[in-house]
Amino acid sequence: MSQHHLDATKMLCPMPVIKTQNKVKTLKRGDLLEIMCTDPGAINDIPAWCRINGHQFINHEERGDLFIINIKVCDA
Amino acid sequence: MSKQAKAVALISGGLDSLLAAKVLLEQGVHVEGINFYTGFCVEGHTHAIRQKDKKKQKRNNALWSAEQLGIKLHIVDVIEEYKDVLINPKHGYGANMNPCLDCKGFMVKKALEWIKENDFDFIVTGEVMGQRPMSQRKDTMPVIAKESGANDLLLRPLCAKLLPPTKPEIEGWVDREKLHEFSGRTRKPQMALAEEFGFKEYAQPAGGCCFLTDKSYSDKLVDLWKSRDDRRDYEMDDIMLLKVGRHIRPREHFKLIIGREDGENKYMEGYRNQYTHMHASSCVGPSVLVDGVLKNEDDFKLAARITARFSKDRTQESVTIEMTDVHGVSKSIDVKPLAAHEIEEAWQV
Repeated sequence: MSQHHLDATKMLCPMPVIKTQNKVKTLKRGDLLEIMCTDPGAINDIPAWCRINGHQFINHEERGDLFIINIKVCDA
Repeated sequence: MSKQAKAVALISGGLDSLLAAKVLLEQGVHVEGINFYTGFCVEGHTHAIRQKDKKKQKRNNALWSAEQLGIKLHIVDVIEEYKDVLINPKHGYGANMNPCLDCKGFMVKKALEWIKENDFDFIVTGEVMGQRPMSQRKDTMPVIAKESGANDLLLRPLCAKLLPPTKPEIEGWVDREKLHEFSGRTRKPQMALAEEFGFKEYAQPAGGCCFLTDKSYSDKLVDLWKSRDDRRDYEMDDIMLLKVGRHIRPREHFKLIIGREDGENKYMEGYRNQYTHMHASSCVGPSVLVDGVLKNEDDFKLAARITARFSKDRTQESVTIEMTDVHGVSKSIDVKPLAAHEIEEAWQV
């Protein structure tokens, strides 16, 4: 298990989802991914993407205009 | 059924693709969704930018559809490849800059590549014969199947009975009798089927998912190309900025993009290192980006007077406007805001 990071700031949905999807393809089951976003739509879209593709949405936190979303790769 | 076939369904987020995929799931077919992001999809962007839309529920309807169906969804970035579809459409444009027939053919072709790479059997779309004036007609639907190369691997469950049997039907992977024969622009059969499947909520509806079907957006795109010596090309930032702000072109060689509200102003601030920008420094006013070149002091003054026109002090004698170039070098000018009637109609893009 290892921790990974993805910068999806300044991108509008669905680009943060596409970037997440493409990053997850390179990861292993159990890996953790932290995604930084500025589009508030991502806090709905990335958890939805996780649910339908069998990955685990852990949490999200908001720091001003920045949204930090944590997920766990489960179906790699 | 002879085997559990695997189909990829083009999921736009609208009702028809939701139903088409569901029809196949009901027949025991393994279905996964695919959604192509061209850069022109209405979903999300403007809602994410505009302050007035902040309270609107932000959801991607393609993801939402997949979740309702309980299927995986693969979102594919086709922004670069899509340029050729938009710039050189073999079948031309619809009412605006929408190359619907080429677009659908392109997406089915991409889906065909995907099923080959992923060992799936066929492609499903939510097309309904006669529903769309360009891409969903009796004479153009076979064109999509043929030019995409999908041929009889393309199944349209909502109107399959009006079309020749496809391989999935001939092979018995799906039961043709349980497919549909919807046609025309009425939405009633789809609504009835949605009710039968228990879908109480669904996105409204076909045609409204692409900015290229919008006249105002198409006009801005044509203006952009014209201003670049008819070089019909674009970058992602170009097409994003066409969705934002009020666009005013007072001279052929420059256009001003003027934020209409706080959300847009804030979004446009992200482009300050790529565009010369202006704002009123003596009062509250919008963010303004300059697309093109201010060739001389007259251009600078005109741009400043327009910027002042949209500031809080538009009725005052003088407003101070600050302009900063892409290198961060700023200069200021005091100008009299243009009066409303001085903003010529022909300048509005």
